Amino acid sequence: MNVFHLFRRRGSAPVARERLQILLSHERAARGQSDLLAILREEILAAIAKHVTVDRENVQIRMERGETVSTLEIDVEIPHSAGMLLAAGS
Amino acid sequence: MAKVLVVTSGKGGVGKTTSTAALGAALAQTGQKVAVVDFDVGLRNLDLVMGAERRVVFDLINVVQGVAKLSQALIRDKRVETLWLLPASQTRDKDALTEHGVGSVIKEMRAKFDWVICDSPAGIERGATLAMRFADAAVIVTNPEVSSVRDSDRIIGLLDSKTEKAEMGQRVEKHILITRYDAQRAARGEMLNIEDVLDILSTPLLGIIPESEEVLKASNVGSPVTLNNAMSAPARAYHDAARRLNGADVPMTIPTDRKRLFDKLFGRRAA
Repeated sequence: MNVFHLFRRRGSAPVARERLQILLSHERAARGQSDLLAILREEILAAIAKHVTVDRENVQIRMERGETVSTLEIDVEIPHSAGMLLAAGS
Repeated sequence: MAKVLVVTSGKGGVGKTTSTAALGAALAQTGQKVAVVDFDVGLRNLDLVMGAERRVVFDLINVVQGVAKLSQALIRDKRVETLWLLPASQTRDKDALTEHGVGSVIKEMRAKFDWVICDSPAGIERGATLAMRFADAAVIVTNPEVSSVRDSDRIIGLLDSKTEKAEMGQRVEKHILITRYDAQRAARGEMLNIEDVLDILSTPLLGIIPESEEVLKASNVGSPVTLNNAMSAPARAYHDAARRLNGADVPMTIPTDRKRLFDKLFGRRAA
């Protein structure tokens, strides 16, 4: 063993390895089949669109792909008029 | 008035993506609104270099095809609030990029940003020609090495003939950015010297980025080198280049990294 290994600080390479492992595990999973997060995103938006007309400009979507847990945030502005229509219809 | 800048080279691996991220961050740090756009469909990497790879929801092709709004596809940088990323698609076919579609996205971006920086893929195929198509200015990333200079010459020819500006009889403002410059090897006469490169390409110099381990360290952690270690030699060189893009008259220097005594004594390379 090289004596300098003893002095070696923890550099940026382990960070790189970890980032790549997470990214590639998502990309490999998405290669053969469709990406779960993307399917959920589209189906949730379609479900909302069935009930209210929402301008896509007023929909904010954030995703954060993690190692064991990913998050999908969908923030939809539903106009008041849409809410009243739903209430009237029920 | 927005400026559309293409970062291009012809040759791969010379530092286009590193330079796009570094210049984009440096310009955004002055308070200007900057968007960096990845045109490398199928092989995107700007997201990784910017550290936004886990946050990609939509991409350039989704916007071109109208599946997503531009505002939904833009990813805001977590460090510099005036910096945004528009990622390339990783899966779709690059033929999905149409000239008309790209033109309308660029037009929309011109209204929202001060700088739109297009990171071109290597080569001279569709992705590369569309990345430069609507540019006002170009940064041609060149290594002081024969094949890179030859490819830069080819790209300069395309900038002068295949861009919208060229077809309207105007000129795309062109700048050479020398990257991976090793002053010691240049002093030993082992590297093309800068005057020769500029002479051959007859294009003005935007900056000289020294070869540095800081570039690898920054990409390891997903941060533009100008943000990761602002005092490092490449960061200072990129900051100077960004000031020149803004019209400032900055003397041309080649910054160097101060080596620590330990490194000097043992010739050790930090991780």
